[in-house]
Amino acid sequence: MDELVDRPGQSLFELCARLTMRHGINSSRQAITQHLDVLQAAGLVRARRVGRSRLHWFDSSPLKAIAERWPNSTEERGTER
Amino acid sequence: MRIHLASVPVDDQQKALRFYTETLGFQIKHNIPLGEYAWITVVSEEAPEGMELVLEPDDHPAVRPYKRALVEDGIPITSFAVDDVEAEHERLKGRGVRFVQPPTDLGTVITAVFDDTCGNLVQIAEEKRQP
Repeated sequence: MDELVDRPGQSLFELCARLTMRHGINSSRQAITQHLDVLQAAGLVRARRVGRSRLHWFDSSPLKAIAERWPNSTEERGTER
Repeated sequence: MRIHLASVPVDDQQKALRFYTETLGFQIKHNIPLGEYAWITVVSEEAPEGMELVLEPDDHPAVRPYKRALVEDGIPITSFAVDDVEAEHERLKGRGVRFVQPPTDLGTVITAVFDDTCGNLVQIAEEKRQP
């Protein structure tokens, strides 16, 4: 997801290249596709066809929803001390 | 044994010849008419006696679905070596080439990917000098 933030709108090929070369993640393309499917089901990755290619974006809104629902957990931990 | 040919499946050989020579800058090595199609190969002017790239018709029924599937996932059909990806990116962009991946530093190599207008994506790669 860091890589999708670095450059939004990546193909599977570009994402796999970045994961391999920058993070040493040598998972197969199929495995990365499965990860992307899970992230898409969670709403954290969105995929859209652009021209003839399918590109992927990171979507932080589900994380924001979590922060909104449980906003003060850090502060409260602070006051407990 | 040596590798002397590599082929790229193209949807239109004459259009491909223009793109690979006029736009990319390769030189024609062979252009032999063979009825409906032609045997067309190009070489790099940096290595005119080196590897030849065949601009091959993509009319076999298996080839177009294969090409479409590669493009869908952003996978280049082949890769060319360049000394400076950034400079090539600027030069080709100036010639109207559409890049689907801008120059990206991948540690030991810098790559970029463009559309060859003949149904393929093509990568250019610069191997970084080891310090």
